[in-house]
Amino acid sequence: MSKGRYGEYGGQYISETLMNELLYLEEQYNHYMNDPEFIEELDTLLREYAGRPSLLYYAKRMSQDLGGAKIYLKREDLNHTGAHKINNVLGQVLLAKKMGKTRVIAETGAGQHGVATATAAALLDVECEVFMGEVDTKRQALNVFRMELLGAKVHTVKSGTKTLKDAVNDAFRDWIANVDTTNYVIGSTMGPHPYPQMVRDFQAVISEEARQQILEKEGKLPTAVLACVGGGSNAMGAFYNFIDDKEVRLIGCEAGGKGVDTPYNAAALTNGKIGIFHGMKSLFNQGEYGQIAPVYSISAGLDYPGVGPEHAYLRDSGRAQYVPVNDEEAVEAFEYLSRMEGIIPAIESSHAVAHAMKIAPEMCEDDIIIVCLSGRGDKDVKSIADYRGVDLNE
Amino acid sequence: MSRIPNAFKDGTAFIGFLTAGDPTIEKTVEYILAMDEAGCDLIEIGIPFSDPMAEGVVIQDANVRALKHNTTTDDVFEIVKNVRQKTDVPLVFLTYINPVFFYGYEEFFRKCNEYGVDGIITPDVPYEEKGEIAEIAARNDVDVISLIAPTSKERIQMIAGDATGFIYVVSSLGVTGMRSEIKTDLNAIIGDIRDACDLPVAVGFGINTPEQAAKISKISDGVIVGSAIVKIIEEHGEGAAEALKEYVSAMKNACVQ
Repeated sequence: MSKGRYGEYGGQYISETLMNELLYLEEQYNHYMNDPEFIEELDTLLREYAGRPSLLYYAKRMSQDLGGAKIYLKREDLNHTGAHKINNVLGQVLLAKKMGKTRVIAETGAGQHGVATATAAALLDVECEVFMGEVDTKRQALNVFRMELLGAKVHTVKSGTKTLKDAVNDAFRDWIANVDTTNYVIGSTMGPHPYPQMVRDFQAVISEEARQQILEKEGKLPTAVLACVGGGSNAMGAFYNFIDDKEVRLIGCEAGGKGVDTPYNAAALTNGKIGIFHGMKSLFNQGEYGQIAPVYSISAGLDYPGVGPEHAYLRDSGRAQYVPVNDEEAVEAFEYLSRMEGIIPAIESSHAVAHAMKIAPEMCEDDIIIVCLSGRGDKDVKSIADYRGVDLNE
Repeated sequence: MSRIPNAFKDGTAFIGFLTAGDPTIEKTVEYILAMDEAGCDLIEIGIPFSDPMAEGVVIQDANVRALKHNTTTDDVFEIVKNVRQKTDVPLVFLTYINPVFFYGYEEFFRKCNEYGVDGIITPDVPYEEKGEIAEIAARNDVDVISLIAPTSKERIQMIAGDATGFIYVVSSLGVTGMRSEIKTDLNAIIGDIRDACDLPVAVGFGINTPEQAAKISKISDGVIVGSAIVKIIEEHGEGAAEALKEYVSAMKNACVQ
């Protein structure tokens, strides 16, 4: 069996054309992660450019209103570009640059990873092209224009379901053709090894900070850490440094869409079966005969038919628990946090907020919940208006 | 016993690809037989997949057409069963690994053996992951065909040394599809392969004209064509048999000249 395994999950299921490049990427990644100069350069970017460390904010009104556990929000929405995605892309684009690449490509769903990659590419002066499903270019039109402003070229992907998985397909197709000059900056803890590990490591700063911050503020570890899960990058980042703290519950909140008992959801950890796709063995929503299923979520960022291999492993081992949160609950949480704390969360992150709203009242005052607020919700205002039947063009 | 060596018995082999179920299951049977009759030495049958990551637009579209009327893995076995009543032409599946994994490796390869499939090409299973299927396939006399790419370099020795059936050389970087020019130094790659093993070497990706076939056939043991054949099926739909025969026959002639 190949490297990059999480139990039986993970691996490197990819075209032979890309194998040498993946091996080179892994070697370079291992080299630079042990290079103090690279680490210092990345830290400086995270601090001076992305605005880290991000705040760990005590949501007092929300906590008091719900009654029960104290709720803290890890404010990844305050990062430059408005989401946790910047943590990973600064690492990957800097690495690409060190590897002598002149061009980066990325897939994007909601557009946050695309915007972050375009941003890092502008900053570090490399070419950037982003693949985005046609459905997503429509529901996240603002982010398309944002990427173009940043100098990136956006390819509208019209194959398959025209969403995130198809954007990944086309990004891989581009990479196979341009492997000499190009690095594929994958946005989540998915794909062939070393991506799930690399993305996790770059996102682990979330839990590294959060763990220290909560110890400073409360003198103890949280009862639970909650994060939304699509491919699973903000959740892996939020969980990682708590994995050894066995008493801390780790809860991933995936897209229940219109319900996990309907065909309209993207809950791979709830409904998925083991399979091999997009370079990894993991859990995927699939139909009869192993065709990858069309999935649905109100959130473009969670609208993916699989999940990163380490989450599949954490589920099987029982270390983390995964729950579906449906569209309606996420929208209510979106509205609730906006009114209650004056923070408009990304619809993705709202899935985690929604679950916190469910469990906090059942917990006692000594309990602490950390919710990873992975992104801000400005990009979602139109979708929420549509969902509520409000016509913004009137 | 695998029929694959038969394909390389008389001069350079012409290997054709089509997607099962495009446009229908019955037509796929007819087209395989037509290609066989026109001189195809080995036929690759693509099992349609929702996300064919290594394919260009032409074959992607064929997958969409085949899946529109729900072509299943069982349907593809049915195609093989019908074809096998008429011909002994070597048959190889081209499939992404997930449909095979989902079907169950044991059951899948047992059926390959029972119905007479001689080999399998899985573009998303590199050497490092070959363990998924190598042993089960071997037990069922199904050759796992190894791909070697322009980027394989020092990996050639390892891949070729452990290969079965024939070696599939990917002519160019990128996905499948017709190309006007192939820039890779195929001579060097094929030379390295010949140093490492005695298996026949076939070249695919991008080849579509008799001129290209003639050129490639001088340095290799086989010429593989997919997108150009699928394009003919796309254009002629249910009436593609004659056009396919004409094309295959011209390509086969170019290979043996």
